[in-house]
Formats: sequence, C-alpha cells, structure tokens
Amino acid sequence: MVKITFIEANGNEITIDAEEGNSLMQAAVANGIKGIVAECGGSMMCATCHVYVDGADFGKLPEREEAEDEMLDSTACQRKETSRLSCQIKISTGLEGIRVHLPTSQY
Amino acid sequence: MKIIEGHYEIEVPEGVPVWDVDPYDVDILQDPDEYYAELRSKGPFVYIPKYSILACGRYEETKEVFSDWERFISSRGVGLQDFELEEPWRPKSIILEVDPPEHSVTRRVLARALSPKATAALKELFQETADRLIDELLEKESFEAVVELAEEFPTTVFPKAVGLKEKNSRALVDYGAMVFNALGPDNELRRNAMAMGPTTVPWIVEQCNRKNLKPEGFGATIFAAADAGEINEEQAEKLVRSLLSAGVDTTVTGIGSALWCLAKFPDQFKRLKDDPTLLRPAFEEVLRFTSPVHSFCRTASGDTMVSGTRIAEGSKILCVLGAANSDERQWKEAEKFDIGRRPTGHLAMGTGIHGCVGQNLARAEVAAVLTSIIAKVEEIDFAGEAVWRPNNAIHALDKLPLVFKRA
Ligand code: HEM
Repeated sequence: MVKITFIEANGNEITIDAEEGNSLMQAAVANGIKGIVAECGGSMMCATCHVYVDGADFGKLPEREEAEDEMLDSTACQRKETSRLSCQIKISTGLEGIRVHLPTSQY
Repeated sequence: MKIIEGHYEIEVPEGVPVWDVDPYDVDILQDPDEYYAELRSKGPFVYIPKYSILACGRYEETKEVFSDWERFISSRGVGLQDFELEEPWRPKSIILEVDPPEHSVTRRVLARALSPKATAALKELFQETADRLIDELLEKESFEAVVELAEEFPTTVFPKAVGLKEKNSRALVDYGAMVFNALGPDNELRRNAMAMGPTTVPWIVEQCNRKNLKPEGFGATIFAAADAGEINEEQAEKLVRSLLSAGVDTTVTGIGSALWCLAKFPDQFKRLKDDPTLLRPAFEEVLRFTSPVHSFCRTASGDTMVSGTRIAEGSKILCVLGAANSDERQWKEAEKFDIGRRPTGHLAMGTGIHGCVGQNLARAEVAAVLTSIIAKVEEIDFAGEAVWRPNNAIHALDKLPLVFKRA
C-alpha cells in the first residue's frame, strides 16, 4: 500500500492507502474521493479525473503521453504546469506520500 | 476444423458449464434480465453450443476480457464472425475493429474530434434544440417518445455536429441498426438488416467524402488530421463512417432509455428535479441499469487463462455488458435504479483503449434533453406499453408512449 494525500479545493486533506498497480483515479474512486468523477472509467476520454500534482512531487511521475497532454486541454478547470489525468498515474512505491490537489469542478 | 457462424468451433474448456441457450433469441433480447442472472450464476464463463462460443457476464471477468486488448483482440471482429476466416460485410472499421499500433493512430484523431472541449462547444445548439422540442411535446396530449424525441433530437443535432451537408435521418438510424445487428449470428435480425444495405449504405459512404462535409464540425477535424499527414484521405473517410455508424442509434437508445427510467421510477425523477446536480450521475445510472450495448465479442489471440478457465486461441468470447452491469458482486442492490449511485466503472461505454470515443457527445446530448425536461416537465407518465426492440447488440426501445405534464 502507498499513502497518497488528496487536498480538496476547500483545503480539506484526505489521506488514503492506495494499492500498487492501480491507477490514482481507481484508488480515489475506491476511497470515495468526491472530487474525482472519472466518468469514462479510465479510457482517457472525459478529462473528469483531473488533478494538480503538488509541485514538489510532480517530478516523481513519469512524463505524460501525448494523448494525455491533448486531453488535458479539455479540463473544466484551467490546466496548469502540474496538471495530470489521475487515470494515467500508476501507483508505485516511488509515489509514497505524494500530495495531489483537486480542482473545484470536473465538468 | 469446423466453422460455425464464421468462426472456428471450439472445444468445451474443462470445468466450464455447457448452457444450451440462444443469447440472440428474440424473447431474451427484449427482456434480458433473467438471462443475465442465469449467465452469472453458472460461473465466470459458459459454453454455448449453438454458436460454439464462450460467454461471460460476471463483472470481473467481463471487464478483464473486454479491456485486455493484447490477449483479447478486436481485429478479428467484435461480433461472431472471425475476420481471419471470412470477409466482413463491409470494409472493417479502422478504430473499433483494429488493435494497437494501428488503433492508437486513429483513436487519437477521433478522441480529438470528439473531445470534451469539442462537444462542450455544441452546448448551446443542443440546449436550444432540446428546449424547442420539449415545448412542442408539452403541447401534445401524448407522444411516441422513440420517434418524437429519442430519434428526433439526435437526428437534428448530430448532422450539424459532424458537419453533414445533407440530412437523411432514416439512413442514419437504419445504418446504425444494421451495423449492430451485423455483429450477431446469421439470424432473421441480421438478414433483415443486411437487406437494408442497398438503400442505406451508398448514402452513408457518399457523406464520408470531404466534399460533402462542411468546413466546421467533427468531420472537418478529422480531415484536418489528414491534411497534417497524421492519417491519409481514405482513413479520414473511414473515421467519418465510424461516426455515422455509432453516433446515432446509440444516442437514440440512450435518450429513450433515460426517459423510460424516469417514467418508471417517478421518485427518482422527483429527486432529480429537486437536485439537478444529479443530472450527470443519473445518466451514468441509466447506462448501467439499461446497458444500451448489451454485448460485444472479443477473440482470444493465443491460449490463455482467466479465473482458472483455459481459453484456446481463436475462441470467440461474448462479453455480456448488460450482465456485468447488473452483477451484485460489483453493484450493491444492482436491481435498484438509484440516481445517487456513482457507478464509475460500469461497462456500458466499454472500458480501456476501445472505451467509447463518442461518450462526450452522448453525455452532452442527453444532458441537454434532461436539463430541459427537469425545468419544464412536472411528471412523466406512460401513455401505453413500452416495447423493446430486439437487436443483436443493442438493447433499445421500439415504442415508448409518454405523457409530459407541464411544470
Ligand atoms: C449512449 C450512447 C453510446 C453507448 C452506450 C456506446 C457504447 C460503446 C461501447 C460499449 C463501445 C466499446 C466497443 C468495444 O470495446 O469493442 C463503444 C465504442 C465506440 N463508440 Fe460508442 N457508444 C455510445 C455513443 C457513441 C457516439 C455518440 C459515437 C460517435 C459519435 C460513438 C462512437 C464510438 C466509436 C467510434 C467506438 C470505437 C472506439 C474504439 O474502438 O476505440 N459512440 N461505444
């Protein structure tokens, strides 16, 4: 299990234990994180699992693929440098303790 | 080896129950719930002798087979026919019926054309159209919702969204029904569908040509990818054809099924009216609860194992999405229509790399219709019996007589 902290738009923090191998989106949905909608279930079609990875942690993630980069243009809240689609982030021990911020809305 | 329905006959894998059922029986297609339940109860897989296929309906295995594109491929067809053995009835789809790496190229182009951003740009058109339609229906004592709303809305907005110059609602609806019926066995449904070919196919093929598309719309985005050298002209035409195949009949079904659910469960309609933020989750629940695409196949690319079942290369596996979406192992009180459920992970739009590329459009269309209904309609009642229309891959309404009471 890998500890991940979600910071809701209102500042509230929720720390979960995420299973290795799952996506960050799947872990969020399994733990009832409301700020992740994930309508398409991980097909990279809907951009409703958008997160801002904490600046200090962003570099721990492998780079985005081009398709994710293109889909990030469709997020409901402004895309930033540290924007990712959580369905494309695979949980691994290297991500222990990372912090991700949730946008105010997903659609 | 013997060939059945265009694919190799397979042996019954050890430990797999044999179930002498016809999943394409008209009674089952119209009212599938018992079949779904029995399929799940028999085990992770059953062997169906009539077609010599495996079928799965439990959530976990269905999801695994449907999404593992390396072991369970789409390039040999997502119906009963194995394209390695027989020519498909039309040149095969270059997105639905291909695997990576070919798939990744075409998928990216369609994902761009139908992105949330591209569909959000149509919001106003959709809302105006929906408002006007609902106003007209409120004037009527009762109406036939399949024709007057579920078909009328998409056939009005979809050609504009794609940028078609000509309108031919009948051809769009019929072509979709053809494509989906073609995925089944050589039964009456498939034969009747194929018989519509001469009146439908030439028009569809013609509309895919660049010269018949406006400079704005999904079609234009696809041809821009051809201009940029990402795909060639022929691929662009085939991708437009994919939109015309899968873009209308599916949303007609989605809208019809949403109306049916709200008429059948008035408490849930009231809940939606009281809290319109439930609109999007409500449609996800409609999708889970009614599974507009009831089943699609995959073909095993090699010998493999799933949940202890040995699956031989070339096996056709019927993935019964409707059964997976009503599996108690995955969904608490699965038989209950609950718009407050967040059914993330339902399989109604598929999952993984082939997950529906048109889902943003479908959601945007339904959202417009429901937004208008929530605002204008107090009560939705049946004005006669709802009848389901059998189709080899789609579970859709044939008749839905309704009454709207004004808010
Ligand atoms: C309620 C409406 C809809 C439902 C239930 C639905 C369902 C599905 C399903 C289950 C798949 C997966 C097929 C597979 O994995 O083999 C799929 C794929 C696809 N859908 Fe939809 N669909 C809908 C609307 C649309 C619309 C509006 C369009 C086009 C404008 C569309 C175009 C496609 C295409 C092109 C694919 C193939 C994607 C690929 O293979 O990568 N669909 N759809």
